Amino acid sequence: MLLIHCPYCGERPEPEFGYAGQAYVARPRQPAATNLEEWADYLYRRDNTRGVHAERWRHIHGCGRFFNALRDTTSDHFLATYKAGETPPAPVRPQRGP
Amino acid sequence: MQSFSGLSLLLHGLTGQRGWQPQWRHPEPKPAYDALIVGGGGHGLGAAYYLAKEHGLRNVAVLEKGWIGGGNTGRNTTIIRSNYLFPESAALYDHALKMWEDLSQVLDYNVMFSARGVLMLAHTVHDVQVFKRHVHANGAAGVDNEWLMPEEARAFCPLLNIGDIRYPVLGAALQRRGGTARHDAVAWGYARAADALGVDIIENCEVTGIRRDAHGAVEGVETTRGAIRAPRVGVAAAGHTSVIMKMVDIELPLESYPLQALVSEPLKPIFPCVVMSNTMHAYISQSDKGELVIGAGTDAYTSYTQRGGLHITSHALEAICELFPMFRRLRMLRCWGGIVDVTPDRSPVIARTPVPGLYVNCGWGTGGFKATPGSAHVFAWTIARDEPHPLNAAFTLERFRDGDLIDEAAAAAVAH
Repeated sequence: MLLIHCPYCGERPEPEFGYAGQAYVARPRQPAATNLEEWADYLYRRDNTRGVHAERWRHIHGCGRFFNALRDTTSDHFLATYKAGETPPAPVRPQRGP
Repeated sequence: MQSFSGLSLLLHGLTGQRGWQPQWRHPEPKPAYDALIVGGGGHGLGAAYYLAKEHGLRNVAVLEKGWIGGGNTGRNTTIIRSNYLFPESAALYDHALKMWEDLSQVLDYNVMFSARGVLMLAHTVHDVQVFKRHVHANGAAGVDNEWLMPEEARAFCPLLNIGDIRYPVLGAALQRRGGTARHDAVAWGYARAADALGVDIIENCEVTGIRRDAHGAVEGVETTRGAIRAPRVGVAAAGHTSVIMKMVDIELPLESYPLQALVSEPLKPIFPCVVMSNTMHAYISQSDKGELVIGAGTDAYTSYTQRGGLHITSHALEAICELFPMFRRLRMLRCWGGIVDVTPDRSPVIARTPVPGLYVNCGWGTGGFKATPGSAHVFAWTIARDEPHPLNAAFTLERFRDGDLIDEAAAAAVAH
């Protein structure tokens, strides 16, 4: 079970949160002018990064708000969590044991 | 290649079991092959075998970054069934199921396929409606699947608690031809048979790049054991497919999630079939060693760690304890995770890619083991002929652009 730092409420256990997928997937602004490839990009294609992944979480059973996170998908360590609209901080790798 | 028979087992038994030879070679990679398969799981090894056996391509190598069968092939709960909703899926999975039935004879290697029946429990009115729809759709597609009333389900699996629980069993769908097989033996059997036909199986060889010629077509791969040339490359890398395909700037409709399973201490034979519960998020069968093999759902987040949260396995065990109260005092022996590549419509991709000479077999999500022989067979066809087999023609990458989804997401009976 992960411990996740909600930028509004502090550190809470994972079951309080919902995972909301890759961050910064923007809905096309002009739906009528968006072609099929662009719709497929928006709806289906994902980075699926092995490494530092920018993603969204929602503190469903807490404040209910969405926020962003940087997480290393090779270790599941959170490098940062930050409020929606904020600039992502430079990822800082946590100190690991010897 | 040494063959197996009752007589050979007897003779080796009389001579202290010292005459057995390694089942496949460990060759150094050659500078060039006619085709490469990236990923030494069941789907990749099987594809190499069918390339050699049915398409005459014997100068083939399988590149595996770890050891063969060490990924999802060795980490799943070995459930085999074909009662999927849509005609494309039912045809593909049933192709595999028919191949399972004589795979041990074909490979001369006992994959321990056991058609003990797969029972899928319905706990809500919605489950009942969905499963009955499956039963009727399967009937029309010529795939066996039958509806059982709760008492009939309990007669088929006497340990089942159908009444006194939070989600009582309202009925079940049963595919009698479904069952289990021995996962390691599938990898080993295909490896041994492919090796005998001349396929090189190269372990500890991670692909780090894909080389393309001036026209953009595949020329070969770069690996941790040097560059290898080949005009055709088939990728069957499961949860790591996105990583490989990014080397040629192809973004796939995949997300990789941890999926966990666990086994109990061994018991005497007690559990006669496979039971799956989508609503309660658990599935269970008993291995021939006696362990109860229990599958859980995926974790919520994408990951490449091959481990998941304890609350996920704990949730699956709570469901098992409700359905089978006699297992409440059983101890669990081991648990592990695999990384499954999940598509938005929960159907696989077996197809050509925009890069000439590059083929991909991915997106099997939480249920790829059951498809191993069929998937390998049609993937080899696709690579050898540069066109899909009729059975995988619908399982393209372009379906996500064109809206031709094969949407088993809402229909599949496993926990996603």
